[in-house]
Amino acid sequence: MLEVKNLQKSYEKDKPALTDISFNVQPGTFVAIIGPSGAGKTTILRSLNQLIKDDDGQILLDGNDIRTANKTQLRKYRRQIGMVFQNYNLVERLTVIENVLHGRLGYKSTLAGVFGRYTQEEKEEAMSLLKKVGLENFALQRCSELSGGQKQRVGIARSLIQHPKVILCDEPIASLDPASAQNVMELLKSLTEEYNLICVANLHQINMAKTYADQIIGIRKGHLVFDEKADMLSEDILRTLYDQDITKELE
Amino acid sequence: MQSPVKYLSHKGWHQTAIIAIIGGMYVFGSWILGFNNVDGLLAIPKAFSWLGINFKPTANSVTYLPRIWQKLMQTVLLAISSTVVAATVSIFVALLGSKVTGINGFVQTIVRGIASFFRNIPLVAWSMILLFSFKQSDFTGFLALLLMSIGYLIRAFMEIIEDEASETMLALKATGASYFQVIFQAVLPQILPSILSWILYMIENNVRDATLVGILTGTGIGFIFDIYYKSFRFDAAGMTVLAIIIVVIGLETISNQIRKVIL
Ligand SMILES: Nc1ncnc2c1ncn2[C@@H]1O[C@H](COP(=O)(O)OP(=O)(O)OP(=O)(O)O)[C@@H](O)[C@H]1O
Ligand SMILES: [Mg+2]
Repeated sequence: MLEVKNLQKSYEKDKPALTDISFNVQPGTFVAIIGPSGAGKTTILRSLNQLIKDDDGQILLDGNDIRTANKTQLRKYRRQIGMVFQNYNLVERLTVIENVLHGRLGYKSTLAGVFGRYTQEEKEEAMSLLKKVGLENFALQRCSELSGGQKQRVGIARSLIQHPKVILCDEPIASLDPASAQNVMELLKSLTEEYNLICVANLHQINMAKTYADQIIGIRKGHLVFDEKADMLSEDILRTLYDQDITKELE
Repeated sequence: MQSPVKYLSHKGWHQTAIIAIIGGMYVFGSWILGFNNVDGLLAIPKAFSWLGINFKPTANSVTYLPRIWQKLMQTVLLAISSTVVAATVSIFVALLGSKVTGINGFVQTIVRGIASFFRNIPLVAWSMILLFSFKQSDFTGFLALLLMSIGYLIRAFMEIIEDEASETMLALKATGASYFQVIFQAVLPQILPSILSWILYMIENNVRDATLVGILTGTGIGFIFDIYYKSFRFDAAGMTVLAIIIVVIGLETISNQIRKVIL
């Protein structure tokens, strides 16, 4: 289980980006974090794997606090937490399979990782994951030659090979066309169930959140204003969440 | 809040002012230097015809070719070796000094300082300074080019790292990869094409600069150009210039081909 307790963060003094954020997520749950631009969604997500050092609070993964981990421990937590990015963040010049295998680096000795020496099992697993995301015929293609939707599926395969408990997705479909977006969302949803994952996704598309998420968290100006099952999300709540921005955000 | 119309008319006004200032500086500069525009323009064709007549290689100048060729190759090798060594040093320093891969703010400031110091001392000044310690030799030229190139390449490489590698770095860091794994698996593969492109550019540039440095350090193609010129063998000097131009164009063509393949 992922438990976030009283998380605080301010980038500049007296300008809190996150105030007292608390929520829990059970395994096998797809959570969408929604809220207007600048609300603090990215800040929450990056605190969860400590790419951003927050100021105070607790982040417990199966009872262990990630925030107090030293460097070696943090590496061990991070490899249990996959991350999927809006801009895919692949090494474009390398092949698809090399990018997938990058997800194993957290498990390898520094030297083996530096020279990219992977075991036979790791390579086979990479291939079977590529099959799972529908890219088995692209293994030796350079990532720069893929479409956005394909790149995002490589990114998902890279996070899966980490054998994660959690996958964090920061606007995973914001750069995709509607068909690819739906495809990626369906993939994330089915993987969450299959592997009993905790999947936390920042989303700007409220209809996507409603369709795919089990749980929805609403953030506004760094405060948590909503944390319920997806079907509890009402027009009223959306109006408070987005203020006058609602029409703009919904289109 | 400014209205867009006001902003745009403001901007137009600014542009006019800037053009007027530049024009004014030109006129003022010409006046200070006693530079007469009309005479200056008229002198250009004259200079070229003088060049054409005196520097035109004759049938006889072909006999100089083997020697010119040998010196030219020496200069090209000097340019290549200084660039390669400079690139090797620069990539390490740039990794230490860039905002995304760097150690800390203090080291970053030091690296930026060193790079700008090496870059902002003119090549001629470097050569003169180094002449004191290393006398007229190939090594002096090598060092002058090396230091200058290091100054440029550190700066360029740091910018490349910051622009092109930060996103993938973040992704690998998030998987739990260690610092060196991130550098070797994400940063270096990602920036390689841009780095190579800069190295090629630096080699072209250093061939031209090595000619100039050679005049000062008494080596390479610059040295024999100097000799031919001062001994009034203008046809041989012309031959030398021609050979330099051909080699530089040749190098540019080759590196453009390489760029096409790697980018
Ligand atoms: N590196 C930073 N330095 C200073 N302030 C920052 C930094 N990153 C974010 N902020 C501020 O923190 C607040 C929350 O930003 P965050 O990126 O988490 O918002 P977001 O909800 O992800 O927005 P978006 O939907 O536009 O991605 C914003 O007010 C932003 O300006
Ligand atoms: Mg964001």
